[in-house]
Amino acid sequence: MLIEPLLEIRDVSKTFPQPRTLLEVLARQPKRTLHALRGVSLMLRPGETLGIVGESGCGKSTLGRCLAGLHTPEGGEILWRRQPLSDIRRADRSRRIQMVFQDPYSSLNPRMTIAQMLDEVLFVHAPSMSSAERRDRTDSLLQMVGLSPGLKNRLPHAFSGGQRQRISIARALALEPEVLVADEPVSALDVSVQAQIINLLESLREKLGISIIFIAHDLNVVRHISHRVAVMYLGQIVETAATETLFGNPQHPYTQALLSAIPVPDPDIRSLQVGVQGELPDPLSPPPGCGFSTRCPFVMDKCEKPIPEFFDSGGEHHVRCIRAHSSTFSVPA
Amino acid sequence: MITGASSPLLRVDSLQVRFGSGKDAVTAVDNASFNIAPGEVFGLVGESGSGKSATCRSLIRLYGGSIASLPKGSITFNGRDLVRLSDKELTEIRGAEIAMIFQDPMSALNPTMRIGDQIGESLRRHQNLSSRAARERALHLLRSVGVTAPERRLDNYPHHFSGGMRQRVLIALALACRPKLLIADEPTTALDVTVQQQILRLILDLRQQTNLAVLLVTHDLGVVAQTCDRVAVMYAGRIVETGTTRQIFRRPAHPYTRALLNALPSSAGRKDTLAPIEGEPPSLAAPPSGCRFHPRCPLAVDACKQAEHVLRAVEPGHESACIRVGELGC
Repeated sequence: MLIEPLLEIRDVSKTFPQPRTLLEVLARQPKRTLHALRGVSLMLRPGETLGIVGESGCGKSTLGRCLAGLHTPEGGEILWRRQPLSDIRRADRSRRIQMVFQDPYSSLNPRMTIAQMLDEVLFVHAPSMSSAERRDRTDSLLQMVGLSPGLKNRLPHAFSGGQRQRISIARALALEPEVLVADEPVSALDVSVQAQIINLLESLREKLGISIIFIAHDLNVVRHISHRVAVMYLGQIVETAATETLFGNPQHPYTQALLSAIPVPDPDIRSLQVGVQGELPDPLSPPPGCGFSTRCPFVMDKCEKPIPEFFDSGGEHHVRCIRAHSSTFSVPA
Repeated sequence: MITGASSPLLRVDSLQVRFGSGKDAVTAVDNASFNIAPGEVFGLVGESGSGKSATCRSLIRLYGGSIASLPKGSITFNGRDLVRLSDKELTEIRGAEIAMIFQDPMSALNPTMRIGDQIGESLRRHQNLSSRAARERALHLLRSVGVTAPERRLDNYPHHFSGGMRQRVLIALALACRPKLLIADEPTTALDVTVQQQILRLILDLRQQTNLAVLLVTHDLGVVAQTCDRVAVMYAGRIVETGTTRQIFRRPAHPYTRALLNALPSSAGRKDTLAPIEGEPPSLAAPPSGCRFHPRCPLAVDACKQAEHVLRAVEPGHESACIRVGELGC
């Protein structure tokens, strides 16, 4: 059965022009642009958690921000139930897609109480609600994320990191969105508290039937929470598959290197063999062809030409690597 | 008292570190004891605010101006008590016999000095090398930590380097005077996972080559499992459990260690739900009485509220502060 995707991202690109120094302007050096997203295609089904992983600078946050409307992509299109997202009014868009940020210390207004913060969201976006209704909704939102409504008249500084992240989630859920974009929601938290927030997100997804785009660099966390995972490198998606397929049978050399680099929390499995050398190339001048070619242990001459995407027979597992072009993978017709 | 394989290089005994003053003073490290043998990688793990950084910084007096009083207890390094040394005497040891690398490789390097000069400075200071000899040695060091084209890199400034390369430079700088002990405070937390792997490998290789002892401070249990010989687990300023890495991971003898391991998303695949530790770590300004973990501990009984903090041996080399350790079934 084919489920219609909620969100479809087609060949999206986003660049950021780099400021030039006075010296560079005088020397008439060309303007440089950072290619944060280079032709990203993805889709999100209703009720699923899609994990997006990659190292810093790979464009995963830019992608999340494009979905939430905080950046406008230059190329490609984002479709919401087959309708271009750019045609949807900003207010309507924010009812459907909401975002949770990484740093719970800077994403909450330090001078507003929790009640004021949640009330404002409802006041702006649900003008038909009476103030009593808004108050009830605020209480139920706090209960939903596991906070006592008795704390709602406090300012953010009175809360710990984990509690603040719960508040951020309550704020994002106030408008009953269908998609939650969570950009590194647990990476600022300690392990013991991190597990609380992950469990909360999972139970909310089940209870409310929302979809979650979970952006993170911690592969174990992503493996735990996601149904499908997309791996990004240098502004491109290099591999997408169902979680267990991706972790059990990674096809792209970068995915393989990334997985083997996770320190296993087991002293009997010591696996500190260095998989890839070097670091991310300069995103201002990405290598031609495959972005990973500068570090890939299997690099060939062909890798410098544009690399098509290959899909397995079911179209569920996609890899952007010419080595994957084997019997099980083919270019889509 | 746990003992390392041979006579310890570093012995920390009943260390207490207090920050702030008067009523606001907090005890960041309370009665911490451990020792490190030559060539050993010793891990200090805990969550933020558990006192692990305060512990390792106080070993070489890098605690800034907010310290309430000088640390209590003794820190014996190579037969000398570091607590009793004058600042001048300690400066001779810091950077030479004990070196340190930090979490953020950008702020630990001087942005206005060329890399070669920064490494050379410590060599000239501690080993009286001429500037030419210092440059030669700096070149050799950069090569040994895997910096490519070191001849060219010597004259670069820190901003020319990527995060991973900066951490390599810091390691080169730390190793310049052939230290016996390297204190690494979250050395890979700011780095990407593929680069983290390279840096950890480098530290382990250097340990192999020079019999360097390493005090590795981290919150990442995966890093601990992959690198450490022995581990101490800290919670709210106290060491609650210590043992070999295998003992800690296979037979955790403190409910906190156990809960920490259970809260990790497994690399072996999806579990239904994670087992978080309920509540939040306590404030050090008003720590709970008795065992500081008791308000969050599933096994807590009334006696835990008055329990004195003492580490007791569970098996050879493995100690726990839990009074109910017998009932943990390990």
